[in-house]
Amino acid sequence: MHGFANPKRFLSLARWLTPLTLTAGLLLSAGALAWGVFVVPPDRLMGETVRILFLHVPTAWLGMGGWSMIAIASLVYLVWRHPLAALGARAAAVPGLVFTLICLVTGSIWGRPTWGTWWVWDGRLTSMLVLAFLYVAYIALAQAAEREGVSARIPAIFGLLGAINIPIINRSVVWWNSLHQPPSISMGRSSIDAAFLTPLLVSVAGFSLLFGAVVLMRMRALLADAQAEARLRRRAMEAA
Amino acid sequence: MREALDQWDFVIAAYAVGLVGTIAMIVWSWLAMRRAERRRDEVRRR
Repeated sequence: MHGFANPKRFLSLARWLTPLTLTAGLLLSAGALAWGVFVVPPDRLMGETVRILFLHVPTAWLGMGGWSMIAIASLVYLVWRHPLAALGARAAAVPGLVFTLICLVTGSIWGRPTWGTWWVWDGRLTSMLVLAFLYVAYIALAQAAEREGVSARIPAIFGLLGAINIPIINRSVVWWNSLHQPPSISMGRSSIDAAFLTPLLVSVAGFSLLFGAVVLMRMRALLADAQAEARLRRRAMEAA
Repeated sequence: MREALDQWDFVIAAYAVGLVGTIAMIVWSWLAMRRAERRRDEVRRR
């Protein structure tokens, strides 16, 4: 694992992994969504709106997965001081935020015909909204730290502290009364019929690959920026 | 009188939001990566 902390080794790996994960992610997610729209039958209770879940569920999981990655990468950065871990945490923030926002909007659109309301201030929806605000704050903090030349430790500590919201989101439907249904899938158990579960899992796999591709692209961009800035600074010091 | 809801309108709206958001993020990330790597290569050459 430590070997990949070398930027050169990371770049040589990322150069062929980026198009691979992007292409596989696009094919899998497009296939899963087409399956969900054109093949899956309407649900007995939700009717046609069940099709929204093939988009809503993967984005919800990846919204939480994005912050989990920020927390793990932040911990690695704080303990081992790998600069690539700090870059990885920053790179996960944008796709995490985008997927969290898509989850919130698609959930709201699903809620109107199913629950009869666009929004309720219950535990699951509110904690997911808090996650979106945490992402915005993390992105602003990381950008400010870079601009002001402050240590990346501050956003890393924020990334670790923010992780407290992840188990709250996960357990919110168990701890509090909610319009949101309890977990349908847990470790080794599912209450979802195979006709819905299979395209859902394909969709999760496809969107996870897209998430990975965006993280790789963001890491390459942040690394290239850092390398260009370092070279310019070195030249300016030599010229002075 | 209650409004009649066509469930497909909600499905189409949700997919439009999801697809536009995801594709915009991928295109923006790709362009930002290409721009940053081009700039780094130019700085190296200079």
